Amino acid sequence: MQSKTVFQQKYKIKGGDFVNAGESSCKIRNILKEIGIDADIVRRLAIVAYEAEMNVVLYAKHGIMYLFIYPDKILLKIEDKGQGIKNINLAMRPGYSTATEEIREMGFGAGMGLPNIKKNADVFKITSKVGKGTALEIIINLNGKNG
Amino acid sequence: MTLNKIKKFLNAQILCKHRDHNCDIKYAKASDLMSDVLAFSQPFSKPEALLITGLTNKHVIRTCEIAGVCAVVFVRGKNPSTETIKLAKDCKIAILTTKLKMFEACGILYSNGIKSSSIKKGK
Repeated sequence: MQSKTVFQQKYKIKGGDFVNAGESSCKIRNILKEIGIDADIVRRLAIVAYEAEMNVVLYAKHGIMYLFIYPDKILLKIEDKGQGIKNINLAMRPGYSTATEEIREMGFGAGMGLPNIKKNADVFKITSKVGKGTALEIIINLNGKNG
Repeated sequence: MTLNKIKKFLNAQILCKHRDHNCDIKYAKASDLMSDVLAFSQPFSKPEALLITGLTNKHVIRTCEIAGVCAVVFVRGKNPSTETIKLAKDCKIAILTTKLKMFEACGILYSNGIKSSSIKKGK
């Protein structure tokens, strides 16, 4: 049975908006810090949110990031409209990247985004349709470490 | 190691101070790839860590905030934009700049006791 949501919030992300890129993830990080979530979990969740947010900014037209905090876990959903991913297995391989030179000059596109997300998540699901968009679902368990 | 000591060792300038003037830096990571900074900050990230990089855009500061890095050294004489400095001030992340190359800055700090931020706990 799904446990009761303690807190939920949604954040709109605009593709190509490099000025505000990362702001939503920082807001999420601050919320988790404020409610007293364990520092290691805050860091893991912040990294997951940031990598996912940057993926939308770098590769999609627009997207929404949903944050759900439950007593025992944190769920993050990121849904974008955009080019989608042709080969998910390849995209999950560390170092694989389709980033442009411009993206690389900004310090991104190292092919570590999705592997980083998976590494920090307890549950990681990804679905994508070419020409439509990508959806990520990430769960990080609180394991009694929620303050 | 305090930021003032790091400044002295690297012949650097402090452009933006950390919220804690006596913040004791023990660990560092060096990279121009922000995803690598995030990747290697897990699962044993250290809050009193320093980032050494040649990249000066504001995403570096965002990455530091997310990864829990408290100070950044820009190498190769690169100066950050006012936008980057403003964000660092807002996030209370210290900024130093040095004319040294990344390799030299890393070598000096390493030989003076700063450790890699990727080492495992207990080592």
